[in-house]
Amino acid sequence: MFVLIVGCGRVGSGLARSMLSEGHTVSCLDQDPESHARLELDMEQSWEEAGGTFTVGAALESGALEVAGIERADAFVAATNGDNTNIVISQIARKRYQVDTVIARILDPWRAEWYREQGLEIICPTRVAIEMLEDGLHRAAGKTGGS
Amino acid sequence: MYVVVIGAGKVGFNLTRELVGQGHEVTLIESNRHRYLGVEQLLEHRVLYGDGSELWVLERAGIERADLVIAVTGDDEDNILICQVARDKYGVGRIIARANNPNNRQHFDLLGIKPVVSATDAILRLLEHEVPQRSLVRLLDLEAEEIEIVEMRVGENSPVAGRTIAEIEIPDHTLLISIIRSGHGFVPNADSKLQVDDDVLAVLDPEREEELRRVFGA
Repeated sequence: MFVLIVGCGRVGSGLARSMLSEGHTVSCLDQDPESHARLELDMEQSWEEAGGTFTVGAALESGALEVAGIERADAFVAATNGDNTNIVISQIARKRYQVDTVIARILDPWRAEWYREQGLEIICPTRVAIEMLEDGLHRAAGKTGGS
Repeated sequence: MYVVVIGAGKVGFNLTRELVGQGHEVTLIESNRHRYLGVEQLLEHRVLYGDGSELWVLERAGIERADLVIAVTGDDEDNILICQVARDKYGVGRIIARANNPNNRQHFDLLGIKPVVSATDAILRLLEHEVPQRSLVRLLDLEAEEIEIVEMRVGENSPVAGRTIAEIEIPDHTLLISIIRSGHGFVPNADSKLQVDDDVLAVLDPEREEELRRVFGA
């Protein structure tokens, strides 16, 4: 599977490395050339030697998306640090380039919820964190027997 | 009319001031604290501090009862999102978006966000009109209505130079509406003769542009 990941921060780069190690073709796009270094953390060879590709460019620039291979991507992940950027580029990936699987990372739970209702596939780490913290606190409350 | 403006930069601030002056009710949303404080001194309660792409901020501004939402932040993705949410979630009847980067117009189009205002495009268009680089200049483009007004220069080798309007084979769905000669414009009739260096204004279906270009040898 060809995976295009836009936004090469902690989430994007981590995902890119695991997808590549699973044998997928992985292309990353980020406007910051320095973010390339994150791809090579804990790796013995360079990202490119390992078979990955990296493109420097703005997420909203169609030219950059095309250089990064959006036209042949099977999956598209929007993981930039801007919720609005992720929402807009996900819609572009789906509507203009007809990418089969499009997933966006949205931090704001309210925006996430509404766009999910509109049919976008969305991961909301804030929501996930709240639920996990709730679980942790529920367990603690169970231990102390408090109410 | 109740208007919500997002982004208190030069455009948003001046727009708000003008709209207030025209008697409209306006709320201006700004997310930069420093800028908010500056603008708030002049526009007082009309300014709301917050991120205009957060739904609760828009709701606090009363977006549900807005007649018009104008997104003029410096970020095109923010402007797209705000307009999309205003229209689709809150049912706002009219939206206006600003495109900071003219290359992003395609994204606004793709997501059906219109009308879109771009200062760069507007200046380029003016420049084309003032200093024509091309033989055909679009003066007005009503995309939804599929109609446009163009200006063409009659060049020295143009096949229409020296001929009357009646003698020219004008494409269907095209109307020559005026001739500008030495800075003076007039509405031609069938007997008006075109001269070299005339600027001719035509209203037409955009699909006819190529045909018209050919007739004028442009």
